[in-house]
Amino acid sequence: MKNFGFSVQPPRYIDIDNFDGRILMYVLQKEPSFNICMSCGCCTATCSASNILDFNIRKLGLLLRRGVSEELEKEINKCMLCGKCTLVCPRGINTRNVILNIKKALTKIDENEL
Amino acid sequence: MANKKIVIVGGGIAGLEAAASLSERGHSITIVESKATLGGNVSNWHKLFPTLRDSSEVIDYLTKRIDNPKISTLINTKVENIKKNNGSFTVEANGMALDADAVLIATGYDLFDSRRKEEFGYGIYDNVINSADLEKRFKAEKPITSANGSELKRVAFIHCVGSRDEKAGNHYCSKVCCVTGVKQAIELRQRLPRTEIICFYIDLRMFGAGFEELYREAQEKWGIQFVRGRLSEAAENMDGSLQIKAEDTLSGRPLKMRTDMIVLLAGMEPSCGTTSLGKNVGLKQRMGTFLQPQDEHLLSNKSSIDGLFVAGTCTGPMTINETITDARSAVVMIDEYLKK
Repeated sequence: MKNFGFSVQPPRYIDIDNFDGRILMYVLQKEPSFNICMSCGCCTATCSASNILDFNIRKLGLLLRRGVSEELEKEINKCMLCGKCTLVCPRGINTRNVILNIKKALTKIDENEL
Repeated sequence: MANKKIVIVGGGIAGLEAAASLSERGHSITIVESKATLGGNVSNWHKLFPTLRDSSEVIDYLTKRIDNPKISTLINTKVENIKKNNGSFTVEANGMALDADAVLIATGYDLFDSRRKEEFGYGIYDNVINSADLEKRFKAEKPITSANGSELKRVAFIHCVGSRDEKAGNHYCSKVCCVTGVKQAIELRQRLPRTEIICFYIDLRMFGAGFEELYREAQEKWGIQFVRGRLSEAAENMDGSLQIKAEDTLSGRPLKMRTDMIVLLAGMEPSCGTTSLGKNVGLKQRMGTFLQPQDEHLLSNKSSIDGLFVAGTCTGPMTINETITDARSAVVMIDEYLKK
């Protein structure tokens, strides 16, 4: 068949109805403060990785709370766990622990434990 | 008309308005003010949002109203405690004991001490000032420049300083700083038409009549820029200008910017008087040490002790019109209480 170069794109919308909350629930259980983010952006502003890489910890967390976790594994490894985000967070969220637990949850999913 | 004795603790706008209205109802009032002058925080402000009217108009109106033989004023007098005995009160202040049938606490707020946000550099860098400092400069009617006298090419306003901030110990929103920032940005632009002005905010809470319109005017007429992102840290350059780090959260990218001056929009905290009186009298407190009304919706002027009333920002952040309205509402509650 002739290839016209068209393909079917997966939809881009945030699908709240088909919410894969496994990572989110795990993280919230370990670090409930993750719920109270107001997206002020202080974490990203001070982030050592954000200044050199295409990495946005605030956005990553927001997407996770929306059930979007594609590329999470690749993205989260850009974090160097320096903890500056935790220092500046005005809501007192332990962001470093959030990241640590995202990593743990990803490992658990790999090992079919979540 | 019943002539009862009422002591009002605090001579800010709430205390003055309540004193005037209560005296009109035939009561004798003593205003006890810890500072040397009446008018409270409002007297430190130059112009008021959203109309940019002179704050002295409000103060003058209220001072005229309390010029009345039924009202006496004690300045430089700090109330240490209020004791209730057999339905009446003894107010202890500077070694005196004042008798009262009812007491109104109108001890108000203090501006957040911006030095506590060390990462913003207030008190460390010369070109970091706060909203009250800027009002003083507006009032002085002198050219506004950077600390070394050079022209301000760019000024950044930082919203939510000491508000919505667990690390500063204040989780609540001070609610008036949003519109104060917009007002001050416009005033600064009027004085310095060539200066670029950028406001860094988390949310802009334009709840009052005319607030949203002022925000729109700031964008439309005065070209003020708004960046949705909270200041993360500020550092000083060799030349005394400042370097700002924030995230532009709407584009999702970290942002760095040089600026000649930073204005911190400091929030409201319970005043020293509000805090110490609440503690000494044993009143219920909320949002740190603001005073808790008996019923949030229905009895907002009654404290947790019967006969002891509250008005104005000692219960939480308020605008000037809310404070005046609250003081008048307290007057009704006090009058009803004294008729019983």
